[in-house]
Amino acid sequence: MANIFKISKRQWHDALFTALLLLPAAIIMAVVTIYPLVRSFIISLLQWDLTKPNVAHNFIFLDNYRYVLNDSTFWQSVRVTIIFVIGAVALNIVLSLAIALLLNREFIGRNLIRMLALLPWAVPSVVNGIMWKWILNPSYGALNGLLYSLGIIDKYIIWLGIPSNALIMCILADVWKETPFIMLLLLAALQTIPKDLYEAAKVDGANALQAFWNVTIPLIKPTLFVALTLRTIWALKSFDLIYTLTAGGPSNGTNVIGFYTYIKTFISLNLGRGSAVAYLMTGVVAILVVINQRALYKEVRY
Amino acid sequence: MTTFTQRDNRQNVHINNKTIVALVKNTLFYLAIVALLCIMIGPFLWMFISSISPQVELTATPPHWFPKNPTLFRYEALFIGTGDGSTSLPAGIEKFIRGLTNSMIVSTLTTLVCVSTGTLAAYALARLNVPGKNKFMLGILSSQMLPIIVIIIPLYLLLQKLMLMDSIQGLVLLYTGFMLPTVIWIMHSYFETLPRELEEAAMIDGCNRFQSLTKVIIPLSGPGLVAVSAFAFLSSWNEFFMALIFTGANTKTITVTVTEFSSQFGVDFGLMATGGVIGSIPPLVLAFLLQKYIVAGLTAGSVKG
Repeated sequence: MANIFKISKRQWHDALFTALLLLPAAIIMAVVTIYPLVRSFIISLLQWDLTKPNVAHNFIFLDNYRYVLNDSTFWQSVRVTIIFVIGAVALNIVLSLAIALLLNREFIGRNLIRMLALLPWAVPSVVNGIMWKWILNPSYGALNGLLYSLGIIDKYIIWLGIPSNALIMCILADVWKETPFIMLLLLAALQTIPKDLYEAAKVDGANALQAFWNVTIPLIKPTLFVALTLRTIWALKSFDLIYTLTAGGPSNGTNVIGFYTYIKTFISLNLGRGSAVAYLMTGVVAILVVINQRALYKEVRY
Repeated sequence: MTTFTQRDNRQNVHINNKTIVALVKNTLFYLAIVALLCIMIGPFLWMFISSISPQVELTATPPHWFPKNPTLFRYEALFIGTGDGSTSLPAGIEKFIRGLTNSMIVSTLTTLVCVSTGTLAAYALARLNVPGKNKFMLGILSSQMLPIIVIIIPLYLLLQKLMLMDSIQGLVLLYTGFMLPTVIWIMHSYFETLPRELEEAAMIDGCNRFQSLTKVIIPLSGPGLVAVSAFAFLSSWNEFFMALIFTGANTKTITVTVTEFSSQFGVDFGLMATGGVIGSIPPLVLAFLLQKYIVAGLTAGSVKG
């Protein structure tokens, strides 16, 4: 009897200890993430316009969603976001992989370059936006100056002047910042591939390209997939860069969904509609998260 | 010319061609490396050069790639003020130092709270019997990717109600909430790499669970703790969206202050560049010093700063 009592007391202690360790983090996350997530959904079903303080917050079911889905600015923003995400992610992954393959060998200065690759990643993204705004300045910018001096252009270009150019510049600025980090991720994956596999492939008569497709790609596939989904999610959420570089302009040409939601909420002050857009966006992210988790679990199994 | 003489001796041709090919390959490789370096650090370097160029050289066409008369007057102005007033700098610069101080305080506090609470939770999830552990981990993984904008409105209402708008505490609470999932995730995978026998041995030697955590596990977790601390500090320092919405005159952080140079003083790119360089120094120093830990830790967690 005494023995059983002792065990249960010990178990009780363990449970208490576990709870004490978990509680602080759990409370903070409940307050800052879970509660707002639920409340935000409720707000998206309410009529809540801060510019009309006298109107009651009536329950209007899906009217906010209906409004947003009928808003042409929303659809333009979706189009811009799709181009931005596909452009930035594709360029980012291809460049990261190419650079990682280039750096995956012994050479002088390898550690230096790996250290400097952290520079774009560590720079605050608002500073990134400011920096590119200055480089792309039509009158005094370095890009015009450089291309002109090299004779590539014969007159200065207003890089952020027309929507399509501005969007391309946003993509390039984003790729500059995000590529080195993904590159380091892929480089780490490449370095786990045993050298004998390549030697075996060589013995079997595979050329470099065949070895790449049949050895490298299958082995880094999980990491590649994680990088792809993570990057897609980050690109979908882009805000800081757009805010500082173009503020969504010109004529909404770079008005990505993150920025559109911000305007709807904090400039138009319509909380219901703002929440509705945010929830639509979260739906897309949630799908990507599920895909990403499948990939992550696959990687764990490797 | 040389190839003609080489053709006299077939053996030589073969060897020389091989060395030539290797030489060309190596040269191309290092050229690519140099080009890569230029692209990677060039833009930031240009921002630095702009920050030390006098106003006249800043607006020169073509640009002066290396300023003829480098000057630190913008740095002086941001830290000390305009002094004799001979330089024409916009007002409101005193905000800059306050922005730096605020960022320093918020980032340090966030790191402390986040790493301590996160490490404890990660340990419980890695080692103790937590009901629904897998669901918890899945939730943590998902919330890392949650777009902040979806919960910003309730947070706004919440902070207003708690009277925490424009306060350091409010910002620290929010930042902690957002970085906890990543900290827990990384520390969890770190604890998994430590052998369980360590604690079992400690407990046989008479330690209780708490002692085995503080005396055995924590001292062995240095690399993991360094990685998550660096991540938490860097993310808080660089965070902009929440700072933009939740800070006012008292608590504006450096990222908000820097963007205000651009909107208020429109054309003063020199000052913006200077603010950008100064604002980037803490995260850069941290990233370079702790390079090894950050890359290892973030690779383990596959997460972003």
